[in-house]
This record gives sequence, structure tokens and C-alpha cells, in this order.
Amino acid sequence: MIIAALAGNPNCGKTTLFNELTGSKQHVGNWPGVTVEKKEGNYKKDNNISIVDLPGTYSLSPYSAEEEIARDYIINSKPNVVVNIVDATSIERNLYLTMQIAQTGTPMVVALNMMDEVESMGIDINTNKLSEMLGVPVVPIVARSGKGIEKLMAVTKDTAQRGIATLKQDVYDKIKNIEENKNDEEADILAADMRYEYIDKVVDSSVFKPQIKKLTTSDKIDQIVTNKVLSLPIFAVVMYMLFACTFSENFLFIEGLPSPGVWLAGVVESLWGSLTGVVDAALVSAGVSDWLHNLVIDGIMAGVGAVFGFIPLVLVLFVLMSFLEDSGYMARVAFVMDRIFRKFGLSGKSFIPLLMGFGCSVPALTASRTLESDKDRKITMMVTPFMSCGAKLPIYLMFVATLFADSNRTAIIFSIYALGMVMAVIGSLLLNKFMFKAENSGFIMELPKYRIPSLKSVGIHAWEKVKGFAIKAGTIILFSTILIWFLSNFNMSGMCDMEESFLAIIGNSIAWIFAPLGFNDWRASVGVVTGWIAKENIVATFGQLFAGVTDEAVLEAVMAGEQGLPAIGDVFTKVSAFSYMAFNLLCMPCFAAVGAMRREFGSMKWTLKAIAFQMVVAYVVALIINVVGNIIF
Amino acid sequence: MDLLSLKDGESKKVVGINAEYAMKKRLIDMGITRGTVITKVKTAPLGDPIEIKLRGYDLTLRKDEAAKITVE
Repeated sequence: MIIAALAGNPNCGKTTLFNELTGSKQHVGNWPGVTVEKKEGNYKKDNNISIVDLPGTYSLSPYSAEEEIARDYIINSKPNVVVNIVDATSIERNLYLTMQIAQTGTPMVVALNMMDEVESMGIDINTNKLSEMLGVPVVPIVARSGKGIEKLMAVTKDTAQRGIATLKQDVYDKIKNIEENKNDEEADILAADMRYEYIDKVVDSSVFKPQIKKLTTSDKIDQIVTNKVLSLPIFAVVMYMLFACTFSENFLFIEGLPSPGVWLAGVVESLWGSLTGVVDAALVSAGVSDWLHNLVIDGIMAGVGAVFGFIPLVLVLFVLMSFLEDSGYMARVAFVMDRIFRKFGLSGKSFIPLLMGFGCSVPALTASRTLESDKDRKITMMVTPFMSCGAKLPIYLMFVATLFADSNRTAIIFSIYALGMVMAVIGSLLLNKFMFKAENSGFIMELPKYRIPSLKSVGIHAWEKVKGFAIKAGTIILFSTILIWFLSNFNMSGMCDMEESFLAIIGNSIAWIFAPLGFNDWRASVGVVTGWIAKENIVATFGQLFAGVTDEAVLEAVMAGEQGLPAIGDVFTKVSAFSYMAFNLLCMPCFAAVGAMRREFGSMKWTLKAIAFQMVVAYVVALIINVVGNIIF
Repeated sequence: MDLLSLKDGESKKVVGINAEYAMKKRLIDMGITRGTVITKVKTAPLGDPIEIKLRGYDLTLRKDEAAKITVE
């Protein structure tokens, strides 16, 4: 078995090459302890070659999680060979990593990618000369079309088997000696300078650029897209399309036209509904006992249905996100938004997860993957659920119709949304200060060339995303749905109504915790718990527990804010209702979102930390609302 | 003079970097070494960061960071 590690700069076509090499058989996970994705797979034409995709890095200096992973892997896990992908269109910067890898003494092959673009730019690269000066084999390829890949893998196998590192050991040793003998900062910087000096020599003798420089297509696109006047309107349109394609029910402002995401979700939902109907009928005709029927329909089918229900949203968003990412526009999102988001301790790219959070936290959380730094990614994920999602709106509408009928309803609802945004900012500032001390790595980012994304790579990316979500998040969603179903339908003597269930008992015993927030009532506590299955469940729970309403039509009217639930007024005042809304906005999101967090953090520990953070924020904010509200009103 | 004082489209050679170690190392890793020719491309629509061109690629950095790079 040969282990080949793929290493290269971000945007060098590494993922495309990995997809070309492994086909659809990939294993995607996380590197231990960080939110950095780890991909492995076997070469599809030779199962004896196992390929590990290292995170994209510009260097092996251990400053970011990605660089540390790549460095540790190459040095400690000792792959048989490193395949270093070099973007030939920005060869100078790419060769810096090449020199660092060569210095480790690991056998390596350089895959000189984007040769088609280089040719169209009129640049001529002498690969023999390049190989000679670097002391390692160089194979020109076009990862996107698969050109040169078989040759690359043949050379890779050969290099691994012979186990020979670079033939230019003297060059690398000179740099290594400086780094190791004078182990201080000056030496490090001197070594870096020496690498670029050598690269300049290599490039001078092997790369021939045309005399006349003309603007590339990428430059021309950029002149429009990040133009002073047009950039913000273009940005707004792109972001609107991203949101609308995923969530809009009146797509492109056409009344009743569902967006691709909503349409697909509807199809899945109705298919699942019919399947549930079939199963239901089968169970009834088989004459199974009540509890079994209930378990299958309300527990399992509903739980699996919840997982399936989110898949279309994750899929559509990910097709669009990969498109933005692969085309190079995503980096411009950060370029445009950095100034605002840096003030909040976030990255410009946090804008997308936060924006999508208004639709649904589940795809929004998965969208945080595009952020470069581990810190930004974690903080963004922790505050994304504060953006009030679509499922929370029915809760507000119910309270507004019942208790705020005489107030300005829009203002009440808007203030809840605003509260979420403000808390996301405050939360992020607090996390930056206390949880991730002084990890300011500045903002130094490549603006990659605009490229037309390949459908294959967009497809594989979206498919991986959906699969990862269905497995990792699905387990949590299914398990917790069944657990809550059990708690709300059973007590010690068997099946029962929710009023007498374990859940009611739990609600009773924890209600006192919420007394300082203004709602010391078991039904309110039960609502918080059922809200974790899906936030809009709170309305159905309240309907059933406060007014004995189980009629779908009535519940729908309550959800739409057309009808109130007067019985709520016995327990809630305006102040405590606002506090309750704030609590449910900010506290742990639904299990589907928790599953998405678990999937993205890649660690249960961080998922629990995030939940603890959200619970504390929710409690404190609701407490402040209740105390201050009662003083004022 | 520093990189920040370049006009859009103007090119200058790097003389040195005046930043603490981690930042300096990062900038050098990205290819901003002594003698490298840097072209300022433009400023972001909200006034920060800026876009520069060097070694055949585009890089964006904040004004604070650009101010630490001295050019001829």
C-alpha cells in the first residue's frame, strides 16, 4: 500500500485533482480537534494507492490549524510520497511550499496544474529545467480535464517505491542549516528570503513570460465585480439570489413561485408524506398495538422525515456555495465585507452563514465551512443560531396575536429579530475576548483568479455535504426526535396524554429554573423542550397544553398570527412573553441544527461548548428582559 | 514610504516589513520579500482592505498591514 498525500496552496486545484483521482469514493471527516475537513480515498485505477488530501496551505509555518496539520502529517505520519500541486499561473508563490516540503526530505512529485491557462496566457514553462532545479519530478497536468493524471500517478508510484527525496539536497540543506543552527526569528525570516531568492532563480531559467502584459479575463471580470460603484449592488444581488434560491416561497418576487430549495423540499415532504400514509395503512391493517403504531409514525417516520426535509436546503445551498467558492467570488465577499465584520471579531465571509441563518440554521451552519480560520469558523457557528430562523416566526406570531394585539405588531417582531442580530455581535465579541484570546492573524488573503467552476466538482462537493449531513446530523436528529416522542407519550404506567407524560413531569420539576425569567410554568418548560425538535412545535404544544387545541386548522391560524390563544394570557404577561420569545430565539437551536453543528465542529466537546454558550446567553438575556421590563412596565 | 501611499495602478519595489514576527513571517511566506515588485490594484468599496498584485497573483490585506510594508 502506498500512501500519497496531496499538498498545495488553496485554489491550486487540489480538490479537483482529488476528485479526479478518487472518483466518488471518498471518506470525508475532520482532522482531530479542529473544524478542518479531512478527505481520504483510493486511486480509482489502482487500489494500492491511498490518497490523503491535506488542507490547502501557503506554507508549512505552524501558524494556522491547516498549516500545522499539513506539517505534522508530512513530518510525523511519513506518507510514502507527497504530491505537491502547483498552480502554474502563480508559480512563484506556489513553489514556496514546494521548497518547504522538499526540505523535509519526503519523496515528492510536483504536479504542475492549470497548464491550459498558462498556455493561453502565452507563458512557456520548461518542465525539465524546473524538475532539474528543484530536484524532484515535475509532471504537467490539467486537473479539470484529467489531462496528464495517469502519467502523474505513474511517476508518483515510481517515486514512492524508490523512496528517493530531492536530488538537490544541497540547496535545501543550506536553508535548513540556517533555520536549525540559529533557531531564532531572524533565522526563520532569512530562510524564507532564501527560498524566494532560489525560486526567483528557478523561475528565471524555466518560465518564459511574454513581453507584453495584457489584462487577463480574470482581471477584466474583477474590474467590474469589485468596481467602486458596482461592487455593492452586485454583492447585494448575489446574496439575495443565494438566499432566495434556497428559501424563498415567492421566488424572484413572483407570488407563489417556489425557489429550487423550497420546491425540492416540498417534493421530498410530499413523497415522505405518502410513504408515511402507506406505512400507516399497513400498520393499521396488520393490527399492531397503539404504541407501536405511534412509535413508527410519530417517532421514527417523523424523525427520519425531519432529516430528509433538510436535505434539499443543504443540497441547493451547497451547489450555490461551491459555485461561488470555485468561481472565485467567495474571496471577494470577504474583500467587500471585511471592514464591517472585522469590528465584530468575525471574518467578511461570516456574512453568508449569518445571512442564511434567517432562513434555516442547518444549511447556514454547514456554510461556515468556507471560512479560513478555525477561530472564525467556530465563533460564526456559535452565533449563527441567534439569527432568527423561519421556524421561530410562528412562535412570535402566536404571542403577538395573543398578547400584543393592541401594540405595533411589526415593531415587536422586528425587535426580536434585531435582538438576535445584536446578540450575535455581542456574543462574537465576548467569545473573541474570553474563549479565543488574541488569536488575531490579520487579514492576508489571496484573491484567486475567476474560473468557471466544473460541474463535476460542484456536484461532488454538494453530494459530500448532503451525505455528511444525513449521516452525522441524521443520527442526532433521529435519536433525539424518538427520545422526545417517548418522553411526551409515556409515563410509568404506559402510553398517556402529554399532560401526564414524563415530559410533563420533567416540565414541572424544571419550571422553577425559569421563574427568574418570568415564566414559572410547566407548560412553558415543556414548550422549550418540544421546541428543540423544531421551534415551531412550541405553538402546537401550547395549543394542546393551554387550550386543548389539536385541530390542525386552528393551529395553522395561530402559527400565522391570525388567531390568538387567550389561555396563554393566564400565565404570560407582555414582559414574560417577550422574555420567553427571546429565550427560545437564543437557547439551543433545534436538534437538526445541533446535528449540523456536531458535523461541522467535528467534535462533541465543541458542540456541547456551543450549546452551553447559547443556553447561558439565552438565560441572561431573558433574565435582563424580565427584570428591566418589569421595572419599566 | 509605505505601500499604503501607492496610487491605484502604481508599482514599487519592497524595501522591508516593519511588523512583529508572526505577521512578518506570514507576509514573507506569501512572497512579499525584499525587492519584490508590488502593484496596488485598488481599495475595497468600503475603504478597507486593499488589493495588490505581486508575483503574478492578487492579494488582499488591510490598511494596517499595508502600512507596515515599506517600499522604495
